[in-house]
Amino acid sequence: MKIVVCVSHVPDTATKVKIGDNGKTIDPKDVTYVVNPYDEFAIEEALKTRDAVGGEVVVISLGTDANKESIRKALAMGADSGILLKSDSYRDSLSVAKALAAEIKNQEAQLVFFGKQSVDYDAGIVGQLTAELLGFNSVSVVVDFKLEGEKITAEREIEGGREVIETSIPCVITAQKGLNEPRYASLKGIMAAKKKTIEDKEAAAAENYTEILTMSKPPAKSPGKILGEDASAVPELVKLLREEAKVI
Amino acid sequence: MDFNHTEEQNLIRETVREFAEKEIKPVAKELDEKAEFSYELTSRMGELGLFGMNISPDYGGQGMDTLSYIIAVEEIARIDGSHAATLAAHNSLGIGPIYYYGTEEQKKEILPKLCTGQGLWAFGLTEPNAGSDSRGTKTSAELKEGNWVINGSKIFITNGATEITLGATVQAVTGVVDGKKEYSTIIVAQETEGFKAIEMHGKMMWRASNTAELFFDNCTVPEENLLGERGHGSRIMLHTLDNGRLSIAAMGLGCAQGAYEAALEYAKQREQFGRPITKFQAISFKLADMATKIELARNLLYKACWLKDNDKPFAKEAAMSKLYCSEIAKEVADAAVQIHGGYGLMKEFDVERFYRDQRLLQIGEGTSEIQRLVISRYIGC
Ligand SMILES: Cc1cc2nc3c(=O)[nH]c(=O)nc-3n(C[C@H](O)[C@H](O)[C@H](O)COP(=O)(O)OP(=O)(O)OC[C@H]3O[C@@H](n4cnc5c(N)ncnc54)[C@H](O)[C@@H]3O)c2cc1C
Ligand SMILES: Cc1cc2nc3c(=O)[nH]c(=O)nc-3n(C[C@H](O)[C@H](O)[C@H](O)COP(=O)(O)OP(=O)(O)OC[C@H]3O[C@@H](n4cnc5c(N)ncnc54)[C@H](O)[C@@H]3O)c2cc1C
Repeated sequence: MKIVVCVSHVPDTATKVKIGDNGKTIDPKDVTYVVNPYDEFAIEEALKTRDAVGGEVVVISLGTDANKESIRKALAMGADSGILLKSDSYRDSLSVAKALAAEIKNQEAQLVFFGKQSVDYDAGIVGQLTAELLGFNSVSVVVDFKLEGEKITAEREIEGGREVIETSIPCVITAQKGLNEPRYASLKGIMAAKKKTIEDKEAAAAENYTEILTMSKPPAKSPGKILGEDASAVPELVKLLREEAKVI
Repeated sequence: MDFNHTEEQNLIRETVREFAEKEIKPVAKELDEKAEFSYELTSRMGELGLFGMNISPDYGGQGMDTLSYIIAVEEIARIDGSHAATLAAHNSLGIGPIYYYGTEEQKKEILPKLCTGQGLWAFGLTEPNAGSDSRGTKTSAELKEGNWVINGSKIFITNGATEITLGATVQAVTGVVDGKKEYSTIIVAQETEGFKAIEMHGKMMWRASNTAELFFDNCTVPEENLLGERGHGSRIMLHTLDNGRLSIAAMGLGCAQGAYEAALEYAKQREQFGRPITKFQAISFKLADMATKIELARNLLYKACWLKDNDKPFAKEAAMSKLYCSEIAKEVADAAVQIHGGYGLMKEFDVERFYRDQRLLQIGEGTSEIQRLVISRYIGC
């Protein structure tokens, strides 16, 4: 079976992000990019599934040449080949999903793994949009996955419990932390990845349905206030929570 | 000049860093405290492919360049000195000489077992009375009826007495030619009769690394266990040490990097006199000096690796790297403790361990004095 994993190349959560001069995008200077952390669970699940049922894993990433670093990492972890869908302009979630769906269709893949969201824009909908565009089943935010024949059993964490869902391929799964323990790219894998191909393709033209107007940092946290040490401070606390912080 | 790393080198750094942070960091303090060698982590390092990085896949290795290996050692040392020691000693001292000087048969027989993390190999040069002066070696090997009969002892041998140590490469005096001692290197398997490896206890540093004394009492091995040519022992040992110096340098660099990062992080958060201590010049200048020393150390070491990877002479630069990286590890770890104030003296803080672990680096594989001796000869003193 052909399995696709979609991988995004995002700023490392440890880097301090600055907003660019235009106020609409981040300043990419001094930012280190990594494989989107949730996509690592997606890659691992794709590899495990391939190892269990056979077939191949194709990694697709939409973006610029820089994304090849993340594709290469997925190849080093064990994916079979990679595709870079070239696009250097901003795309909203639906525009990304359209480009990905076109390529997934082209690949005739039956099973597609995404991370549940990418930690750059955090929209958390590309996987589901892609499924809809392809007419595939989809289960999102998955913490347990099983494939038997064509049948898929997936578990999701819900408030206070777990939900078990049964569906079948073709299907899109979006991965949540806890789904598995992603493997390290072993040194053998890194050397082997040198010989695997990453194909460059032009992505379908961008057509955005939404526009980013501004980006801003959250307001700086103001220092806390200590009102007193014992119960006598409670009335004042309640008053401030009601009138100043307006939380009760 | 091209300071870019290859895509593989970047991936190796990323993967080893992640491994060290996730797998070694959470247990490093406890293993150090208990002076416990971790078979589990050694095996995991093997699975990752950290053993045999520079040797050909024909013998189970990864066939990577020197710089890739140095980056891996640096990244492990950034988190923990003991595990960097296990890694560096096994690669540079254990695997290295067999790979470079072994016969095809010896290589095929031994090396694949050493690349998995399930088997370690030691390098026995130092003796109680032969440290810096390895020509003081007293351990002897006499050829009798097709066998080497070895007598003597070795001390401070890394990876010498673990449960998975498969053997050691041992330097011995194999005779006297024209009034001069003849040195040779001999392969001794761990279970050979007359050979005993006993773990040494009570180390100040590298407490989770295995250090052993080796004893040879009419230990008898077949003549074909000779490694390289008879009489070439010193040459083999010196070449091995040239390579080993790069990895000790990488340990110094990684140790300095880890101590510096911890100090910077701590200083940003620690407030005294109403502001973070990074706002005091006494602290910020210390951190600036630490960062500068690390940058210099890294440039020197990577250049030495570049020389080696490009088949140019690198022994002088290897000695300089070993000297400089290990000395700045001391300075940086010391400053890191100072920046932590009283907390830097407590085991709860990693800098306490870094401060101890760096101390070996100016002693092992040729003391700082011996590095200066080597360098001074190269520059014509
Ligand atoms: C934890 C640990 C692991 C080790 N692992 C190994 C191993 O795997 N294999 C191995 O073979 N060895 C190993 N060693 C041994 C190590 O290489 C030696 O300790 C080192 O070479 C120094 O020898 P020494 O301790 O006998 O000191 P000495 O040689 O006695 O030196 C004492 C002092 O005298 C100085 N000195 C000596 N000669 C001169 C000179 N000519 N000019 C100026 N100063 C001089 C030295 O610099 C030093 O300051 C290890 C040591 C330790 C502590
Ligand atoms: C074993 C031990 C025993 C001790 N015994 C006692 C005891 O009996 N009684 C007691 O009261 N205390 C005791 N102490 C505490 C000791 O006096 C403090 O650790 C010491 O004063 C430093 O304070 P600190 O650890 O909070 O470091 P910090 O004050 O946080 O200092 C951290 C770093 O910032 C630097 N720094 C801070 N302010 C400035 C500034 N304005 N300009 C430049 N640099 C600055 C410091 O020099 C240091 O390098 C003990 C500590 C230890 C470790």
